[in-house]
Amino acid sequence: MTVLLRTEGVSKAFGGVQALDGATIEVAQGSITGLIGPNGSGKTTLFNVITGYERPDSGAVYFGDRAITGYSPQRVFAAGIGRTFQLTRIFGRLTVLENMLIAAQHKSPGHQVRNPLARAGGAADRRRAMELLEFTGIAGHASALAGTLSYGQRKLLELAYVLVTDPAIVLLDEPAGGVNPTLINLIGDRITDLNANGTTFLIVEHNMEFVMGLCQHIAVLDYGTVVAAGPPDIVRNDPRVLDAYLGSATDDEQDE
Amino acid sequence: MGTELTRAVFNGVLGGGVYALMAVGLTLIFGVLDIINIAQGVMVILGAYLSYALSVHLHIDLFAGLLVTVPAMFVIGVAIQWAFIRPLRGSDRTSMSLLASYAVAIIIEGVLYLLFGANFVTLNASYVTHSVYLLGFYLPDIEIYGFVMAVVLVAAIYALLYRTRFGKSIRATMQDRTAAMLVGIDVNRVSALTYGIGVAVTAAGGMVFGASGIPFNPNSGYDLISRLLALIILAGLGSIGGALAAAVFMLTVESVVDIWQPTWAVLVFYAALVIVLLVKPTGLFGRQAARAQ
Amino acid sequence: MNRVVILRACLVGAALAAAAIFPIAFTNQLVLTMGFFTLLYIVAAVAWNLFSGYTGYISLGHAVFFGSGAYVTGIVARDLHLGGAAEFALLPLALAVGALIAVPFGLIALRVRRHTFVVITIAIFFIFQLMAFDLKTTGGTAGLYSPFLPWGPVVFGQRFYYIVLALAVGTVAISWLIRGSRFGLQLRAIRDDEDRAASLGVRAMPVKLTAFVISGAITGLAGAIWFFYISQILPGSGFDPIFDLTVALMAFFGGLGTVSGPLLGALIIEPVQYYLNFQINNGYLSQIVLGALFLLVILFLPRGLVPTVGEKASSWRARRESRALDAGAISAGQVVREQASGPGPIAKGTAR
Repeated sequence: MTVLLRTEGVSKAFGGVQALDGATIEVAQGSITGLIGPNGSGKTTLFNVITGYERPDSGAVYFGDRAITGYSPQRVFAAGIGRTFQLTRIFGRLTVLENMLIAAQHKSPGHQVRNPLARAGGAADRRRAMELLEFTGIAGHASALAGTLSYGQRKLLELAYVLVTDPAIVLLDEPAGGVNPTLINLIGDRITDLNANGTTFLIVEHNMEFVMGLCQHIAVLDYGTVVAAGPPDIVRNDPRVLDAYLGSATDDEQDE
Repeated sequence: MGTELTRAVFNGVLGGGVYALMAVGLTLIFGVLDIINIAQGVMVILGAYLSYALSVHLHIDLFAGLLVTVPAMFVIGVAIQWAFIRPLRGSDRTSMSLLASYAVAIIIEGVLYLLFGANFVTLNASYVTHSVYLLGFYLPDIEIYGFVMAVVLVAAIYALLYRTRFGKSIRATMQDRTAAMLVGIDVNRVSALTYGIGVAVTAAGGMVFGASGIPFNPNSGYDLISRLLALIILAGLGSIGGALAAAVFMLTVESVVDIWQPTWAVLVFYAALVIVLLVKPTGLFGRQAARAQ
Repeated sequence: MNRVVILRACLVGAALAAAAIFPIAFTNQLVLTMGFFTLLYIVAAVAWNLFSGYTGYISLGHAVFFGSGAYVTGIVARDLHLGGAAEFALLPLALAVGALIAVPFGLIALRVRRHTFVVITIAIFFIFQLMAFDLKTTGGTAGLYSPFLPWGPVVFGQRFYYIVLALAVGTVAISWLIRGSRFGLQLRAIRDDEDRAASLGVRAMPVKLTAFVISGAITGLAGAIWFFYISQILPGSGFDPIFDLTVALMAFFGGLGTVSGPLLGALIIEPVQYYLNFQINNGYLSQIVLGALFLLVILFLPRGLVPTVGEKASSWRARRESRALDAGAISAGQVVREQASGPGPIAKGTAR
């Protein structure tokens, strides 16, 4: 197995809160890897560190053999790591198709310098964008403003535009959160399809059924540290995992 | 030379107190409502004209008149917030509220022109022309009184913020509007009252401003608002302590520069603003980074 | 689809023809003046919008470009002793001045966002106004005069009308080209979520700055033409805070970020204002009216004329379509739209 993405002892504190404490994970090439853990265990922070939105206090991020620690989000994306957000970050006042074209410009950076008044998106870009919209099932909305999409459709749009550049790995932050069951199934199917074609996934998700059904490998984060990792069946029965969830449940009660 | 410098520092500190009062109102409004009240400058002038009208037509003392003008400005503030700021919704709320307050500013300016004309006026009272001899130079009484009043009012605002339940709601709303709403704070009421308080202090600030010797007319609000904005951005938006420090510091620097370069002393404000923002875009005392939208 | 394009082309052609005939049909000086100022504000509003409307960075400092374009041409014309129509040779200079000021202005101001950006533009505006008051070369409070143009009143009005008409057509064309271009798409992506756009490879700073420079250059040019027309400039008239408010009002009223919105905004508001000025004959009262108008627009037409009308039209069309669907003509492409759960009821097909 080749490791495609790896974090090594990543730590990050916000004020007095240690969000990440030596988090080490590995994502195998061609896998769908799940990242789970109770609320506040540092999952999104780890995503932010990997994709350049936060700079770690210590530790390193490797993409293949390349150290990408502290890269800007733009360089991380250009390197081939796509990412979606928990609350989706789409461009609400652009049309769905225009959202796709914004993401497409990475492929032809020279073009935008030479002719700034060229029509947005060449024929090839548009064709590819429409293909991906078909693939995610929202092609019917191509000319609608993205802000008019339902929450689940936004997730699909964000997934689609991240795919425009054919990233080697896609990080999904709660793809199933707040989405209706039909769309959850659609999203799961699309992930499986893409994975079959060679795209690697790292997924943060609270919907256990979704994670256990989809992922071949799962890492469990608690208090910013990886407490367990392995195939779903092993992780599911790991006492440390139960501890992490139940322990934090009692913490929550104490907070109140 | 030495006396001149001391005098400049004194003037700066005394003037800074009054500016601090006006700037605190502005930064308080920003913190709670997330809007920049462009109308603050012309409201100061409105406050000054209210004092002017009371003293010229009804012969009411400037300080006694504040008992009328401060509540009046409070009511005007609450009404403006209720009518023009509160209804704004949606993703462009920020820019629209800014433009709304700008529109309010030019309406007030127009009304002042209609009522009082374009002539420059000053406020008069015995303590405006009388001075005390202190440390080798004369200081006008009004500047001392004004400074003392500004200190008292700023202290009162601090007490309100940190010693009362209502102040707690204000601070909670400043930190996180949604969370404040969730814990049962009536955010609309807090917003209206904060806007009222922020505007009410302009009545006091305007009176001292109008009495400090520089003649004003309805147009003077622009110069004032640009300085106040420079101050609160310099301080870091929403930072009350920062606004106090920045006001006193900048007024002192300006009045010291004024000794050598009277024409360009005003430029100090804007130049400082530009330089500070080049180095630290969040202002000197700003905590949060320029938030992503 | 084709019918829409043809209809639109006919509309543009008709509007251009009407605009071209206007000064021949109406030789009344007051009407010509109104025509000139309306077109001038179209230029200013469309230029403002192609930066502020597209990027969402609301500039209240565009008077800097307007005043500087006017002042610099005035100073150069005076120092070179240019007389009469020779001053028009300075128009490229006004364009360059606007562009050159926009670079450092933008590099400073565009580092910050939202409120702070607006305030910086206001601060820089006041620095320029202060310079106009206090520098020796600007003539201080006495201001500057432009060279005398030995034209009869009607010829004067007509020539200026056509000059500013050409500029207006060019500005609208540039705005339209940008809106549909890759560059325009990047600007609008910055408006929606600058950080996300940057992470997707939009080089935000150069993109924003380019729009700012184009916008500033056109505004500088407009300032110079305005100065030649009214022949005198004062610090308060060249660097006028009301200028930015008026221009922003026009863009907001018509529809921020659209091509036709600022055009329509200026086309409606300027004649109304001109008429009110003429009727009331009281600058202060008309200032109050402007402010009140602005508040009304913000409160009751917050997204502007063009998007609101476009939305009404598309919902009307959708209703007609769904009626057709009920009649049994169901086609695969016409999936009934899911109801919006987005921030605010942003409708489909907002006009461009």
